[in-house]
Amino acid sequence: MMLQFLATKTIRAALTMWLVITFVFIVLRISGDPTDILLPDDASDAVRNFYRAKWGLDRPLWDQYLSYWSALLTGDFGISLRNNLPAWDMVMDRAPKTLLLGGTALGFSLAIGLPLGILAAWWRGSSLDRAVMTTAVFGFSMPNFFLGILLILTFSLHLRWLPSSGSETAAHLILPAFTLGTAFAAQLARFTRSAMIDVLTKPYMTTAKSKGASEARRVFAHAVPNASVPIATILGLKVGELIGGAVVTETVFAWPGLGRLLVHAVAVRDLAVVQAILILIAATMVATNLLVDLYYGWADPRVRVGRTKGARA
Amino acid sequence: MSHVVLDALLPPPLLAADGVSLGYATGRRGWLRPATRFLAVDRVSLTLSRGETLGIVGESGCGKSSLARLLVGLAAPEAGEVRFEGAAMPAPDSAAWRALRTRLQMVFQDTGGALDPRLTVRTQVREPLLIHRQPDPDARCAQVLDQVRLGPHLWDRFPRELSGGQVQRVVIARALAPRPDLLVLDEPVSALDVSIQAQIVNLLHDLQRDLGLSYVFVSHDLGVVRHVAHRVAVMYLGRILEIAPKAELFARPRHPYTQALLASVPVADPARRGARVAIPGDPPSPQHPPSGCRFHPRCPLAVPRCATEAPVLRALGATDVACHRAGEPGLPSLADVLSAPRAAVAPMPAREPA
Amino acid sequence: MPLIQVDTLDVTIRRRDGTPVQPVRGVSLCVDAGETLALVGESGCGKSLTCLAIAGLLPRRARAQGRVVMQDTDLLALPRRAARLRRRALIASVFQDATNALNPVRPIGWQVAEAIRLRRSVTRAEAGNEAVRLLGRVGLPEPERRAREYPHQFSGGMNQRAMIALAIAGRPHLLIADEATTALDVTIQAQILDLIADLQAELGMGMIFVTHDLGIVAQAADRAAVMYAGRIVETAPVTALFASPRHPYTRGLLQALPRVDHDGRPLSTIDGIVPPPDRMPPGCAFAPRCPRVGAGCDATIPVSQPLTEAPARSVACHRPVPLSEEV
Repeated sequence: MMLQFLATKTIRAALTMWLVITFVFIVLRISGDPTDILLPDDASDAVRNFYRAKWGLDRPLWDQYLSYWSALLTGDFGISLRNNLPAWDMVMDRAPKTLLLGGTALGFSLAIGLPLGILAAWWRGSSLDRAVMTTAVFGFSMPNFFLGILLILTFSLHLRWLPSSGSETAAHLILPAFTLGTAFAAQLARFTRSAMIDVLTKPYMTTAKSKGASEARRVFAHAVPNASVPIATILGLKVGELIGGAVVTETVFAWPGLGRLLVHAVAVRDLAVVQAILILIAATMVATNLLVDLYYGWADPRVRVGRTKGARA
Repeated sequence: MSHVVLDALLPPPLLAADGVSLGYATGRRGWLRPATRFLAVDRVSLTLSRGETLGIVGESGCGKSSLARLLVGLAAPEAGEVRFEGAAMPAPDSAAWRALRTRLQMVFQDTGGALDPRLTVRTQVREPLLIHRQPDPDARCAQVLDQVRLGPHLWDRFPRELSGGQVQRVVIARALAPRPDLLVLDEPVSALDVSIQAQIVNLLHDLQRDLGLSYVFVSHDLGVVRHVAHRVAVMYLGRILEIAPKAELFARPRHPYTQALLASVPVADPARRGARVAIPGDPPSPQHPPSGCRFHPRCPLAVPRCATEAPVLRALGATDVACHRAGEPGLPSLADVLSAPRAAVAPMPAREPA
Repeated sequence: MPLIQVDTLDVTIRRRDGTPVQPVRGVSLCVDAGETLALVGESGCGKSLTCLAIAGLLPRRARAQGRVVMQDTDLLALPRRAARLRRRALIASVFQDATNALNPVRPIGWQVAEAIRLRRSVTRAEAGNEAVRLLGRVGLPEPERRAREYPHQFSGGMNQRAMIALAIAGRPHLLIADEATTALDVTIQAQILDLIADLQAELGMGMIFVTHDLGIVAQAADRAAVMYAGRIVETAPVTALFASPRHPYTRGLLQALPRVDHDGRPLSTIDGIVPPPDRMPPGCAFAPRCPRVGAGCDATIPVSQPLTEAPARSVACHRPVPLSEEV
């Protein structure tokens, strides 16, 4: 049962990846000619044709697609049109920085959003609940770049406590991670609250109370495991938003991560690099969703073990 | 031979089901395994005369609601045939089927969801009249609301402003509006309190007397069925196990399951305490019905033949019963078999001081 | 001394708009050890809220006032934690919808073991073994395998058995069964009623059986308290109650009941509907529907009084049904 569940999910993930790669390939090929941007305006047609031939752009689309795939399968993501380095190396050079920023932001939003959501749900209707929810509205209605600039003005320019750009020390991480994580933490708090409230009104919570279980036990042994299933779903969906936010945040704080590389590569139509980044992002999201699916299987026995044959016997 | 001649001369019953089955697909698991099907209704035959009430009883999952949908024509049988006044029930959503809607109406179990919360009582009752282009809908609407004894001060209210009993009156009025011959009622009083339930039961009785209606009355409540039905069919896992005139069924239940059902009901009479007996076991899943007689795994009277050969309905006096052993001379009653002393159980250890 | 004595219990609920309503008013009852009291009434009469108040399970917007005395202690007067621990040792509840009353992500055995560990200092392993034994005791086949399964893999009847195992895990002095068999099919209901009766005899528990089913009252209870619109209108031993109901409402209920044991006359009905808790009439709440209503019924609320001829019975009515009139 579990094996079949795993196999289904993995095949589905592979299909998604194939669709994404194909889509990215086609869109990038038909959206403009890289020679227009990479070569000087006054480059002759002969020069242009030389580079088109060199990069394989003169061949039919299906031919390019097939050779792209055969390269991909050997781990070759192509050469950057801009500086002749392997695209994959350029991406991998930047990926750890983005992972650090995104991971810190995610950890920060989980550490803030989950407990606040749980507390607000348990004390729903209280002043704590109202305070958390009001703050949350501010948190996710504030655009990333605006919050980032506000933080730079306050903590870097005015108070001079924290650096405003770069990635050299741990102190450099604080402002961008906070910027990136705030909106996510706010959404997570709101979602956790509603998921918890839904669970807290279920009859099995009354049963737990009738057993004489303490409040902490009722929350953590009974309510949270049930609420974690919808929360995991939303986490899986929102990781994409976190990546999108990273592009903006990295630009504001001059954080040398994938986001900035992507913006740059798109601007100069550096096909191989753009493709490599998009594939990496897609792979991250597919992997996240796979993890979420696996989590369902682990956390929710209704997914893991269906109704057994003897259920009513 | 004389039977056949006589049958041919008699007018056809209002409604007849002849070996009808209805199946559902259960969720498939994986790509390679085909979706499994199970029969919610399995080769059921019955008839209903004009002015008669047929009660259909059984426990959850026995297929009584699916049978009701077949009888009213809301679902097409995948085998067998339902006939209304001797003619085959047209396929759902055909023109003939729509025309027949005025004559066959269904009242569903869920009183809360049966009415549109945004429409007033009057609008909802008038709606079927407008759909079927019946003359003078306003007068007819007032007439049926009066027949279900709903005061005119309630006619322009919304469903949420009504009590459960009043909602059920509106639902019945709406079903009555196109002047049907047959009402199929699926658990029409189950959600109501005793005092309100009695009002609706009496109302249904009066309507039948005044309008000559026929009812198919589906219920799990044997007390209510005993009160409203002329004949009763007992269903178990998609099959009819016994069908008999009411007095006969309650006085001399022939099928061990009917006996079990009657013996399980707590009677509102303290003097009859201890008369209740419980048969062991859960009803099997309808997806995986047992072989042979579907009741045999729980039946205290089962013999080897019951596990291999499915009994068919046969006449036993006024009763039709599907049981190999029913009518056997000297067959013990279910109560005798079950009142044997219960197996000893290990006692609980003593209570600790609180 | 009774096992539990409830005195003038009120339950007040603050509605979302802030207005308070009082669905339970001045309820007094008592249950002896080993005795079963049925709390009977139609939906909204306050029977379930009464039990939730006794068991300390009221929703947060509801407040209980009055006295709930067990072992010389008023549970309503105790601080929250002390009340929880005291109730944990004394009271257990079984609910109507067992499948939803069990946690869907925890194995059945875990849930029973938790109930054991909350009340006794035993190791995890001991609690697990005890849980399996209890599941076997309540009639679950193959308890060791079933203990590892989840509520969605069980039928409603099996879940109710598990729920009962969970309830008796702490060997409670008082078991509250709130419509515990209502959702079950009649053959399963009969099994569960037998099981509860066996366990009660074995453990000597007092029981409060909340139900709207007069058949269950007649079959399973020693005494019955009939509730209407938040108040107990009549209390009597079950035999006497069914033979000669003294409150017009009780009589109306019995006459409205379609009986499975005989074909009756047309059912008599109680006209009208129950008044909502925020629009109670000033006098007897049943007066607007009462066939015996007379002068004074709409002026003062009748007090529950023991009958002179039968001290075990009491009725709250200005004009009770005379003894000569039988159902």
